[in-house]
Amino acid sequence: MDRIVQTLVDAVSVGGLYALTALGIGLIFGVMRLINFAHGELIMIAGYTLILLFGQPIAVAMIGAFVAAIVLALVTERVAFRPLRNADPATLLISSFALSFFLQKTLILLVGSRPKGIDFLPVLGRQIDVLGVRLQSLQIVTIVVSIALLGGLTWFLRATRFGLQMRAAAEDFRMARVLGVRANRVIAIAFAISGILAATVSCLVVAQTGIVQPRMGLQLVIIAFVGTVIGGLGSLSGAAIGGFLVGVATILLQALLPPDLRVFREAFVFVAVTLILLFRPQGLFPARGLRERI
Amino acid sequence: MSAPLLRISGLVVLYGAIAAVRSVDLDVARGEVVAIVGPNGAGKTSLLSAIAGIVRPAGGEIAFAGRRLGGLVLEDVVKQGIALVPEGRHIFASLTVAENLALGATVRSDGEIGADIDRSYETFPILGSRRRQPAGQLSGGEQQQLAIARALLSRPKLLMLDEPSLGLAPTIVDQVYLLLRAIREQDVTILLVEQNAERAFAIADRVHVMSGGQFRLSGTPAELQRDPEFDAAYFGIRMGAA
Repeated sequence: MDRIVQTLVDAVSVGGLYALTALGIGLIFGVMRLINFAHGELIMIAGYTLILLFGQPIAVAMIGAFVAAIVLALVTERVAFRPLRNADPATLLISSFALSFFLQKTLILLVGSRPKGIDFLPVLGRQIDVLGVRLQSLQIVTIVVSIALLGGLTWFLRATRFGLQMRAAAEDFRMARVLGVRANRVIAIAFAISGILAATVSCLVVAQTGIVQPRMGLQLVIIAFVGTVIGGLGSLSGAAIGGFLVGVATILLQALLPPDLRVFREAFVFVAVTLILLFRPQGLFPARGLRERI
Repeated sequence: MSAPLLRISGLVVLYGAIAAVRSVDLDVARGEVVAIVGPNGAGKTSLLSAIAGIVRPAGGEIAFAGRRLGGLVLEDVVKQGIALVPEGRHIFASLTVAENLALGATVRSDGEIGADIDRSYETFPILGSRRRQPAGQLSGGEQQQLAIARALLSRPKLLMLDEPSLGLAPTIVDQVYLLLRAIREQDVTILLVEQNAERAFAIADRVHVMSGGQFRLSGTPAELQRDPEFDAAYFGIRMGAA
Protein backbone atom coordinates (compact mmCIF):
# COMPACT_ATOMS: atom_id res chain seq x y z
CA MET A 1 0.00 0.00 0.00
CA ASP A 2 2.82 2.40 0.96
CA ARG A 3 4.51 1.75 -2.36
CA ILE A 4 1.32 2.49 -4.32
CA VAL A 5 0.77 5.78 -2.50
CA GLN A 6 4.43 6.74 -2.88
CA THR A 7 4.33 5.96 -6.60
CA LEU A 8 1.14 7.97 -7.05
CA VAL A 9 2.56 10.96 -5.15
CA ASP A 10 5.74 10.70 -7.21
CA ALA A 11 3.67 10.55 -10.42
CA VAL A 12 1.58 13.57 -9.45
CA SER A 13 4.66 15.53 -8.41
CA VAL A 14 6.53 14.84 -11.68
CA GLY A 15 3.28 15.41 -13.62
CA GLY A 16 3.00 18.81 -11.93
CA LEU A 17 6.51 19.77 -13.04
CA TYR A 18 5.79 18.82 -16.64
CA ALA A 19 2.41 20.58 -16.48
CA LEU A 20 4.13 23.82 -15.41
CA THR A 21 6.72 23.46 -18.18
CA ALA A 22 4.07 22.61 -20.80
CA LEU A 23 2.00 25.59 -19.68
CA GLY A 24 4.99 27.90 -20.26
CA ILE A 25 5.31 26.54 -23.80
CA GLY A 26 1.53 26.54 -24.41
CA LEU A 27 1.15 30.14 -23.25
CA ILE A 28 3.68 31.44 -25.78
CA PHE A 29 2.30 29.24 -28.55
CA GLY A 30 -1.16 30.63 -27.77
CA VAL A 31 -0.27 34.26 -28.33
CA MET A 32 2.54 33.94 -30.90
CA ARG A 33 2.13 30.55 -32.61
CA LEU A 34 5.73 30.04 -31.52
CA ILE A 35 6.94 26.74 -30.07
CA ASN A 36 9.61 28.21 -27.86
CA PHE A 37 12.31 25.60 -27.36
CA ALA A 38 14.39 28.34 -25.69
CA HIS A 39 11.99 27.94 -22.73
CA GLY A 40 14.49 25.32 -21.54
CA GLU A 41 17.17 27.98 -21.29
CA LEU A 42 14.93 30.01 -18.96
CA ILE A 43 14.95 26.97 -16.68
CA MET A 44 18.72 26.71 -17.14
CA ILE A 45 19.45 30.38 -16.38
CA ALA A 46 17.36 30.22 -13.22
CA GLY A 47 19.34 27.15 -12.13
CA TYR A 48 22.71 28.84 -12.73
CA THR A 49 21.49 31.95 -10.89
CA LEU A 50 20.82 29.72 -7.87
CA ILE A 51 24.45 28.54 -8.12
CA LEU A 52 25.69 32.11 -8.50
CA LEU A 53 23.78 33.28 -5.44
CA PHE A 54 24.50 30.18 -3.37
CA GLY A 55 25.41 31.24 0.16
CA GLN A 56 23.00 34.15 0.11
CA PRO A 57 19.71 33.80 1.99
CA ILE A 58 17.38 31.35 0.21
CA ALA A 59 14.85 34.11 -0.54
CA VAL A 60 17.55 36.22 -2.23
CA ALA A 61 18.72 33.27 -4.35
CA MET A 62 15.16 32.45 -5.40
CA ILE A 63 14.23 36.05 -6.20
CA GLY A 64 17.45 36.25 -8.23
CA ALA A 65 16.48 33.09 -10.14
CA PHE A 66 13.00 34.45 -10.89
CA VAL A 67 14.34 37.86 -11.98
CA ALA A 68 16.95 36.20 -14.23
CA ALA A 69 14.35 33.97 -15.94
CA ILE A 70 11.84 36.81 -16.39
CA VAL A 71 14.46 39.22 -17.74
CA LEU A 72 15.86 36.60 -20.14
CA ALA A 73 12.31 35.78 -21.32
CA LEU A 74 11.57 39.47 -21.99
CA VAL A 75 14.92 40.07 -23.69
CA THR A 76 14.53 37.04 -25.98
CA GLU A 77 11.04 38.22 -26.93
CA ARG A 78 12.28 41.71 -27.71
CA VAL A 79 15.51 40.79 -29.49
CA ALA A 80 14.86 37.43 -31.13
CA PHE A 81 11.11 37.01 -31.63
CA ARG A 82 9.56 40.46 -32.02
CA PRO A 83 11.40 41.18 -35.30
CA LEU A 84 10.03 37.86 -36.61
CA ARG A 85 6.47 38.31 -35.39
CA ASN A 86 5.04 38.26 -38.90
CA ALA A 87 7.21 35.36 -40.02
CA ASP A 88 5.76 31.93 -40.69
CA PRO A 89 5.74 29.35 -37.86
CA ALA A 90 8.66 27.39 -39.37
CA THR A 91 10.89 30.49 -39.22
CA LEU A 92 9.86 31.10 -35.62
CA LEU A 93 10.56 27.48 -34.74
CA ILE A 94 14.04 27.58 -36.28
CA SER A 95 14.68 30.88 -34.52
CA SER A 96 13.74 29.33 -31.17
CA PHE A 97 16.11 26.40 -31.80
CA ALA A 98 18.90 28.83 -32.75
CA LEU A 99 18.28 30.90 -29.62
CA SER A 100 18.24 27.77 -27.47
CA PHE A 101 21.60 26.60 -28.87
CA PHE A 102 23.08 30.11 -28.66
CA LEU A 103 22.17 30.50 -24.98
CA GLN A 104 23.32 26.99 -24.10
CA LYS A 105 26.66 27.29 -25.88
CA THR A 106 27.28 30.79 -24.51
CA LEU A 107 26.77 29.47 -21.00
CA ILE A 108 29.12 26.54 -21.70
CA LEU A 109 31.76 29.02 -22.90
CA LEU A 110 31.36 31.05 -19.72
CA VAL A 111 31.09 28.35 -17.04
CA GLY A 112 31.87 25.03 -18.73
CA SER A 113 29.69 22.07 -19.56
CA ARG A 114 30.21 20.02 -16.40
CA PRO A 115 27.21 19.62 -14.14
CA LYS A 116 27.49 21.64 -10.95
CA GLY A 117 26.27 20.34 -7.63
CA ILE A 118 24.28 22.49 -5.23
CA ASP A 119 22.66 21.66 -1.94
CA PHE A 120 19.57 23.77 -2.51
CA LEU A 121 16.78 23.63 0.04
CA PRO A 122 18.13 20.48 1.81
CA VAL A 123 15.28 20.78 4.28
CA LEU A 124 12.94 19.51 1.55
CA GLY A 125 14.85 16.22 1.36
CA ARG A 126 13.43 15.16 4.74
CA GLN A 127 10.90 12.36 4.97
CA ILE A 128 7.57 13.25 6.52
CA ASP A 129 4.75 11.03 7.67
CA VAL A 130 1.44 11.62 5.85
CA LEU A 131 -1.42 9.37 7.00
CA GLY A 132 1.04 6.65 7.91
CA VAL A 133 2.93 6.82 4.63
CA ARG A 134 6.48 8.23 4.59
CA LEU A 135 6.90 10.78 1.80
CA GLN A 136 9.61 13.23 0.82
CA SER A 137 8.72 16.83 1.73
CA LEU A 138 9.88 17.97 -1.70
CA GLN A 139 7.23 15.88 -3.43
CA ILE A 140 4.50 17.46 -1.32
CA VAL A 141 5.94 20.94 -1.90
CA THR A 142 6.14 20.26 -5.66
CA ILE A 143 2.48 19.19 -5.75
CA VAL A 144 1.35 22.16 -3.62
CA VAL A 145 3.39 24.67 -5.66
CA SER A 146 2.13 23.19 -8.95
CA ILE A 147 -1.49 23.36 -7.81
CA ALA A 148 -1.02 26.90 -6.45
CA LEU A 149 0.64 28.13 -9.64
CA LEU A 150 -1.88 26.46 -11.93
CA GLY A 151 -4.68 27.89 -9.75
CA GLY A 152 -3.09 31.34 -9.73
CA LEU A 153 -2.64 31.31 -13.48
CA THR A 154 -6.23 30.13 -13.96
CA TRP A 155 -7.41 33.00 -11.76
CA PHE A 156 -5.25 35.47 -13.71
CA LEU A 157 -6.61 34.27 -17.04
CA ARG A 158 -10.26 34.09 -15.89
CA ALA A 159 -10.64 37.03 -13.55
CA THR A 160 -8.37 39.81 -14.77
CA ARG A 161 -8.56 42.17 -17.73
CA PHE A 162 -5.09 41.15 -18.95
CA GLY A 163 -6.05 37.48 -18.62
CA LEU A 164 -9.14 38.00 -20.75
CA GLN A 165 -7.07 39.85 -23.35
CA MET A 166 -4.53 37.03 -23.33
CA ARG A 167 -7.21 34.38 -23.87
CA ALA A 168 -8.71 36.42 -26.69
CA ALA A 169 -5.28 36.91 -28.27
CA ALA A 170 -4.60 33.17 -27.97
CA GLU A 171 -7.78 32.43 -29.92
CA ASP A 172 -7.73 35.14 -32.61
CA PHE A 173 -4.78 37.48 -32.35
CA ARG A 174 -5.77 39.74 -35.22
CA MET A 175 -9.33 40.27 -33.97
CA ALA A 176 -8.03 40.98 -30.47
CA ARG A 177 -5.81 43.69 -31.94
CA VAL A 178 -8.70 45.09 -34.00
CA LEU A 179 -10.53 45.55 -30.68
CA GLY A 180 -7.57 47.43 -29.24
CA VAL A 181 -5.75 44.67 -27.33
CA ARG A 182 -2.11 45.76 -27.35
CA ALA A 183 -0.03 43.04 -29.00
CA ASN A 184 3.32 44.00 -27.47
CA ARG A 185 1.92 44.13 -23.93
CA VAL A 186 0.04 40.82 -24.14
CA ILE A 187 3.06 39.03 -25.61
CA ALA A 188 5.44 40.57 -23.05
CA ILE A 189 3.15 39.50 -20.17
CA ALA A 190 2.98 35.98 -21.64
CA PHE A 191 6.78 35.81 -21.81
CA ALA A 192 7.11 37.16 -18.25
CA ILE A 193 4.69 34.48 -17.01
CA SER A 194 6.63 31.82 -18.92
CA GLY A 195 9.74 33.09 -17.08
CA ILE A 196 7.97 32.71 -13.72
CA LEU A 197 6.88 29.17 -14.62
CA ALA A 198 10.41 28.28 -15.80
CA ALA A 199 12.03 29.65 -12.62
CA THR A 200 9.57 27.70 -10.45
CA VAL A 201 10.33 24.49 -12.33
CA SER A 202 14.04 25.21 -12.06
CA CYS A 203 13.93 25.71 -8.27
CA LEU A 204 11.99 22.47 -7.82
CA VAL A 205 14.23 20.44 -10.16
CA VAL A 206 17.43 21.78 -8.58
CA ALA A 207 16.08 21.00 -5.11
CA GLN A 208 15.21 17.50 -6.30
CA THR A 209 18.39 16.60 -8.20
CA GLY A 210 20.97 18.91 -6.59
CA ILE A 211 22.51 19.38 -10.05
CA VAL A 212 22.61 22.26 -12.50
CA GLN A 213 23.81 21.66 -16.07
CA PRO A 214 23.43 23.37 -19.44
CA ARG A 215 20.96 20.83 -20.86
CA MET A 216 18.74 20.61 -17.78
CA GLY A 217 15.98 22.68 -19.38
CA LEU A 218 16.05 21.11 -22.82
CA GLN A 219 15.26 17.63 -21.51
CA LEU A 220 12.24 18.94 -19.63
CA VAL A 221 11.08 21.05 -22.55
CA ILE A 222 11.12 18.18 -25.04
CA ILE A 223 8.91 16.01 -22.82
CA ALA A 224 6.67 18.96 -21.94
CA PHE A 225 6.37 19.85 -25.63
CA VAL A 226 5.06 16.35 -26.29
CA GLY A 227 2.54 16.98 -23.50
CA THR A 228 1.53 20.27 -25.13
CA VAL A 229 0.95 18.51 -28.44
CA ILE A 230 -1.18 15.70 -27.01
CA GLY A 231 -3.08 18.21 -24.88
CA GLY A 232 -3.84 20.26 -27.98
CA LEU A 233 -1.61 23.06 -29.29
CA GLY A 234 -3.16 26.43 -28.58
CA SER A 235 -5.20 25.23 -25.60
CA LEU A 236 -3.77 26.31 -22.24
CA SER A 237 -5.73 23.79 -20.20
CA GLY A 238 -4.82 21.16 -22.79
CA ALA A 239 -1.12 21.98 -22.38
CA ALA A 240 -1.29 21.67 -18.59
CA ILE A 241 -3.26 18.41 -18.69
CA GLY A 242 -1.10 16.98 -21.50
CA GLY A 243 2.10 17.80 -19.61
CA PHE A 244 0.67 16.33 -16.44
CA LEU A 245 -0.40 13.10 -18.20
CA VAL A 246 3.03 12.60 -19.78
CA GLY A 247 4.71 13.11 -16.41
CA VAL A 248 2.34 10.70 -14.66
CA ALA A 249 2.71 8.11 -17.43
CA THR A 250 6.51 8.30 -17.19
CA ILE A 251 6.53 7.57 -13.45
CA LEU A 252 3.84 4.88 -13.62
CA LEU A 253 5.73 3.09 -16.38
CA GLN A 254 8.89 3.30 -14.30
CA ALA A 255 7.05 1.61 -11.44
CA LEU A 256 5.02 -0.92 -13.40
CA LEU A 257 7.34 -2.08 -16.18
CA PRO A 258 9.51 -5.18 -15.57
CA PRO A 259 13.04 -4.05 -14.55
CA ASP A 260 14.65 -5.02 -17.87
CA LEU A 261 12.12 -2.94 -19.84
CA ARG A 262 12.38 0.20 -17.70
CA VAL A 263 15.22 1.51 -19.83
CA PHE A 264 12.66 1.78 -22.67
CA ARG A 265 10.27 3.84 -20.53
CA GLU A 266 10.35 6.89 -22.84
CA ALA A 267 9.78 4.64 -25.87
CA PHE A 268 6.53 3.38 -24.30
CA VAL A 269 5.46 6.96 -23.55
CA PHE A 270 6.10 8.02 -27.15
CA VAL A 271 4.22 4.99 -28.52
CA ALA A 272 1.24 6.06 -26.38
CA VAL A 273 1.61 9.64 -27.66
CA THR A 274 1.74 8.39 -31.26
CA LEU A 275 -1.43 6.36 -30.71
CA ILE A 276 -3.23 9.35 -29.20
CA LEU A 277 -2.23 11.55 -32.12
CA LEU A 278 -3.31 8.87 -34.62
CA PHE A 279 -6.83 8.95 -33.23
CA ARG A 280 -6.92 12.61 -32.18
CA PRO A 281 -4.40 14.52 -34.33
CA GLN A 282 -5.67 17.82 -32.93
CA GLY A 283 -4.83 16.64 -29.38
CA LEU A 284 -7.05 15.70 -26.47
CA PHE A 285 -8.31 19.22 -25.73
CA PRO A 286 -7.92 21.20 -28.94
CA ALA A 287 -8.24 24.98 -28.98
CA ARG A 288 -11.46 26.32 -30.43
CA GLY A 289 -11.20 28.84 -33.23
CA LEU A 290 -7.43 28.72 -33.57
CA ARG A 291 -6.75 31.42 -36.13
CA GLU A 292 -3.86 32.97 -37.92
CA ARG A 293 -1.94 35.57 -35.99
CA ILE A 294 -0.75 38.96 -37.24
CA MET B 1 -19.85 72.52 -45.31
CA SER B 2 -18.09 70.71 -42.45
CA ALA B 3 -15.13 68.43 -43.06
CA PRO B 4 -16.03 64.76 -43.56
CA LEU B 5 -15.53 62.36 -40.66
CA LEU B 6 -13.53 60.02 -42.92
CA ARG B 7 -11.58 61.24 -45.92
CA ILE B 8 -9.64 58.85 -48.12
CA SER B 9 -7.62 60.09 -51.06
CA GLY B 10 -5.69 58.10 -53.65
CA LEU B 11 -5.65 54.95 -51.53
CA VAL B 12 -3.67 52.04 -52.95
CA VAL B 13 -3.48 48.58 -51.35
CA LEU B 14 -1.05 46.04 -52.77
CA TYR B 15 -0.62 42.35 -52.00
CA GLY B 16 2.76 41.72 -53.56
CA ALA B 17 2.39 42.75 -57.19
CA ILE B 18 -1.40 42.57 -57.10
CA ALA B 19 -3.28 45.82 -56.59
CA ALA B 20 -6.41 45.16 -54.50
CA VAL B 21 -7.34 48.85 -54.21
CA ARG B 22 -6.34 51.30 -56.96
CA SER B 23 -6.37 54.98 -56.12
CA VAL B 24 -9.70 55.18 -54.31
CA ASP B 25 -11.13 58.47 -53.01
CA LEU B 26 -13.90 58.36 -50.44
CA ASP B 27 -15.59 60.88 -48.12
CA VAL B 28 -17.96 59.84 -45.35
CA ALA B 29 -19.81 62.63 -43.54
CA ARG B 30 -20.87 62.47 -39.88
CA GLY B 31 -24.15 60.59 -39.41
CA GLU B 32 -24.10 59.24 -42.94
CA VAL B 33 -24.53 55.62 -44.02
CA VAL B 34 -22.25 54.91 -46.97
CA ALA B 35 -22.29 51.54 -48.67
CA ILE B 36 -19.72 49.97 -50.95
CA VAL B 37 -21.13 47.24 -53.12
CA GLY B 38 -19.41 44.97 -55.56
CA PRO B 39 -18.63 41.37 -56.39
CA ASN B 40 -16.17 39.07 -54.67
CA GLY B 41 -12.58 40.23 -55.12
CA ALA B 42 -13.58 43.81 -55.88
CA GLY B 43 -11.27 45.17 -53.16
CA LYS B 44 -14.00 46.08 -50.65
CA THR B 45 -12.54 44.15 -47.72
CA SER B 46 -9.05 45.42 -48.54
CA LEU B 47 -10.38 48.97 -48.37
CA LEU B 48 -11.89 48.39 -44.91
CA SER B 49 -8.74 46.57 -43.80
CA ALA B 50 -6.63 49.57 -44.78
CA ILE B 51 -8.90 51.95 -42.83
CA ALA B 52 -8.83 49.64 -39.79
CA GLY B 53 -5.03 49.42 -39.93
CA ILE B 54 -4.97 45.68 -40.68
CA VAL B 55 -3.09 46.23 -43.94
CA ARG B 56 -0.69 49.08 -44.60
CA PRO B 57 -1.60 51.11 -47.67
CA ALA B 58 1.00 51.31 -50.42
CA GLY B 59 -0.15 54.83 -51.28
CA GLY B 60 -2.67 57.53 -50.55
CA GLU B 61 -3.97 59.01 -47.32
CA ILE B 62 -6.62 58.20 -44.76
CA ALA B 63 -7.78 61.00 -42.47
CA PHE B 64 -10.29 60.45 -39.67
CA ALA B 65 -11.85 63.31 -37.73
CA GLY B 66 -9.19 65.57 -39.18
CA ARG B 67 -6.28 63.33 -38.14
CA ARG B 68 -4.16 61.30 -40.53
CA LEU B 69 -4.20 57.60 -39.67
CA GLY B 70 -0.99 56.75 -41.55
CA GLY B 71 1.57 55.16 -39.24
CA LEU B 72 -0.92 54.18 -36.55
CA VAL B 73 -0.73 50.55 -35.49
CA LEU B 74 -3.84 48.38 -35.61
CA GLU B 75 -4.57 48.75 -31.88
CA ASP B 76 -4.54 52.55 -32.06
CA VAL B 77 -7.06 52.87 -34.89
CA VAL B 78 -9.96 51.69 -32.72
CA LYS B 79 -8.89 54.25 -30.12
CA GLN B 80 -9.54 56.99 -32.68
CA GLY B 81 -13.20 55.88 -32.83
CA ILE B 82 -13.27 53.37 -35.69
CA ALA B 83 -14.78 49.95 -35.03
CA LEU B 84 -14.83 47.05 -37.46
CA VAL B 85 -17.30 44.17 -37.67
CA PRO B 86 -15.25 41.87 -39.91
CA GLU B 87 -16.48 39.46 -42.51
CA GLY B 88 -17.07 36.10 -40.82
CA ARG B 89 -17.76 37.90 -37.53
CA HIS B 90 -14.60 36.65 -35.75
CA ILE B 91 -16.22 36.28 -32.37
CA PHE B 92 -14.09 34.53 -29.73
CA ALA B 93 -15.75 31.13 -29.73
CA SER B 94 -14.28 29.82 -26.48
CA LEU B 95 -15.06 33.00 -24.50
CA THR B 96 -18.50 33.71 -23.09
CA VAL B 97 -20.84 36.24 -24.64
CA ALA B 98 -20.16 38.57 -21.69
CA GLU B 99 -16.39 38.24 -22.15
CA ASN B 100 -16.69 38.97 -25.88
CA LEU B 101 -18.62 42.13 -25.04
CA ALA B 102 -16.10 43.17 -22.39
CA LEU B 103 -13.35 42.90 -25.01
CA GLY B 104 -15.28 45.36 -27.16
CA ALA B 105 -14.59 47.98 -24.51
CA THR B 106 -10.83 47.29 -24.39
CA VAL B 107 -9.88 50.84 -25.39
CA ARG B 108 -12.14 52.44 -22.80
CA SER B 109 -11.22 53.27 -19.22
CA ASP B 110 -14.38 55.10 -18.11
CA GLY B 111 -16.70 53.79 -15.44
CA GLU B 112 -19.67 53.22 -17.72
CA ILE B 113 -18.58 49.99 -19.38
CA GLY B 114 -20.78 47.79 -17.17
CA ALA B 115 -23.81 50.01 -17.81
CA ASP B 116 -23.14 49.94 -21.56
CA ILE B 117 -22.91 46.13 -21.52
CA ASP B 118 -26.26 46.03 -19.68
CA ARG B 119 -27.70 48.33 -22.36
CA SER B 120 -26.38 45.92 -25.01
CA TYR B 121 -28.41 43.16 -23.36
CA GLU B 122 -31.52 45.37 -23.69
CA THR B 123 -30.80 46.09 -27.36
CA PHE B 124 -29.84 42.48 -28.09
CA PRO B 125 -32.02 40.42 -25.68
CA ILE B 126 -30.75 37.09 -27.00
CA LEU B 127 -27.24 38.05 -25.88
CA GLY B 128 -28.54 38.86 -22.41
CA SER B 129 -30.13 35.46 -22.03
CA ARG B 130 -26.95 33.74 -23.19
CA ARG B 131 -24.37 35.94 -21.54
CA ARG B 132 -22.62 33.06 -19.74
CA GLN B 133 -22.57 30.71 -22.70
CA PRO B 134 -19.49 30.28 -24.90
CA ALA B 135 -20.03 32.46 -27.96
CA GLY B 136 -19.24 29.51 -30.21
CA GLN B 137 -22.60 28.01 -29.21
CA LEU B 138 -24.56 30.91 -30.72
CA SER B 139 -26.23 30.62 -34.13
CA GLY B 140 -24.84 32.60 -37.09
CA GLY B 141 -27.38 35.41 -36.65
CA GLU B 142 -26.74 35.61 -32.92
CA GLN B 143 -23.00 35.72 -33.56
CA GLN B 144 -23.54 38.62 -35.97
CA GLN B 145 -25.51 40.45 -33.28
CA LEU B 146 -22.67 39.77 -30.84
CA ALA B 147 -20.06 41.07 -33.30
CA ILE B 148 -22.07 44.29 -33.80
CA ALA B 149 -22.75 44.75 -30.08
CA ARG B 150 -19.05 44.14 -29.33
CA ALA B 151 -17.99 46.75 -31.89
CA LEU B 152 -20.45 49.31 -30.46
CA LEU B 153 -18.97 48.90 -26.98
CA SER B 154 -15.90 50.86 -28.06
CA ARG B 155 -18.35 53.80 -28.56
CA PRO B 156 -17.20 54.29 -32.15
CA LYS B 157 -17.75 57.40 -34.22
CA LEU B 158 -17.53 55.21 -37.32
CA LEU B 159 -18.84 51.65 -37.48
CA MET B 160 -17.54 49.61 -40.40
CA LEU B 161 -19.35 46.40 -41.31
CA ASP B 162 -17.95 43.89 -43.77
CA GLU B 163 -20.63 41.72 -45.40
CA PRO B 164 -23.00 41.57 -42.40
CA SER B 165 -25.51 39.48 -44.38
CA LEU B 166 -23.01 36.87 -45.55
CA GLY B 167 -24.04 33.31 -44.73
CA LEU B 168 -27.22 34.30 -42.90
CA ALA B 169 -30.81 33.30 -43.68
CA PRO B 170 -32.94 36.10 -45.22
CA THR B 171 -35.08 36.49 -42.07
CA ILE B 172 -31.94 36.86 -39.95
CA VAL B 173 -30.55 39.39 -42.43
CA ASP B 174 -33.80 41.38 -41.99
CA GLN B 175 -33.15 41.45 -38.23
CA VAL B 176 -29.53 42.52 -38.70
CA TYR B 177 -30.57 45.40 -40.97
CA LEU B 178 -33.27 46.47 -38.51
CA LEU B 179 -30.49 46.69 -35.93
CA LEU B 180 -28.36 48.78 -38.26
CA ARG B 181 -31.27 51.21 -38.69
CA ALA B 182 -31.55 51.49 -34.91
CA ILE B 183 -27.78 52.10 -34.65
CA ARG B 184 -28.05 54.78 -37.30
CA GLU B 185 -30.66 56.56 -35.18
CA GLN B 186 -28.00 56.82 -32.46
CA ASP B 187 -25.90 59.09 -34.73
CA VAL B 188 -23.28 56.45 -35.45
CA THR B 189 -21.75 56.89 -38.89
CA ILE B 190 -21.76 53.63 -40.83
CA LEU B 191 -19.52 52.41 -43.63
CA LEU B 192 -21.02 49.24 -44.99
CA VAL B 193 -19.54 46.74 -47.41
CA GLU B 194 -22.05 44.44 -49.08
CA GLN B 195 -22.33 42.09 -52.02
CA ASN B 196 -26.09 42.27 -51.66
CA ALA B 197 -26.76 45.59 -53.42
CA GLU B 198 -30.50 45.63 -52.64
CA ARG B 199 -29.85 45.43 -48.92
CA ALA B 200 -27.31 48.23 -49.17
CA PHE B 201 -29.68 50.43 -51.22
CA ALA B 202 -32.35 50.06 -48.55
CA ILE B 203 -30.23 51.62 -45.81
CA ALA B 204 -27.51 53.77 -47.41
CA ASP B 205 -27.48 57.50 -48.09
CA ARG B 206 -24.81 57.05 -50.74
CA VAL B 207 -23.48 53.98 -52.53
CA HIS B 208 -20.22 53.31 -54.33
CA VAL B 209 -19.95 50.43 -56.78
CA MET B 210 -16.50 48.87 -56.53
CA SER B 211 -14.94 46.52 -59.02
CA GLY B 212 -11.34 45.67 -59.87
CA GLY B 213 -10.11 47.77 -56.95
CA GLN B 214 -11.79 51.01 -58.12
CA PHE B 215 -15.06 52.85 -57.64
CA ARG B 216 -16.90 52.51 -60.95
CA LEU B 217 -20.10 54.35 -60.05
CA SER B 218 -21.22 56.50 -57.14
CA GLY B 219 -24.50 58.09 -56.18
CA THR B 220 -27.61 57.85 -54.06
CA PRO B 221 -29.45 54.52 -54.07
CA ALA B 222 -32.20 56.08 -56.22
CA GLU B 223 -29.68 57.35 -58.77
CA LEU B 224 -27.88 54.04 -59.01
CA GLN B 225 -31.06 52.02 -59.28
CA ARG B 226 -32.01 54.11 -62.32
CA ASP B 227 -28.53 54.03 -63.83
CA PRO B 228 -28.33 51.66 -66.84
CA GLU B 229 -24.61 51.22 -66.23
CA PHE B 230 -25.07 49.81 -62.74
CA ASP B 231 -24.91 46.12 -63.69
CA ALA B 232 -21.88 46.65 -65.90
CA ALA B 233 -20.10 48.62 -63.18
CA TYR B 234 -20.95 46.01 -60.54
CA PHE B 235 -19.48 43.20 -62.59
CA GLY B 236 -16.55 45.27 -63.88
CA ILE B 237 -17.59 45.17 -67.53
CA ARG B 238 -16.55 48.15 -69.67
CA MET B 239 -19.56 49.64 -71.44
CA GLY B 240 -19.05 49.89 -75.15
CA ALA B 241 -16.19 47.40 -75.11
CA ALA B 242 -16.39 44.93 -77.97
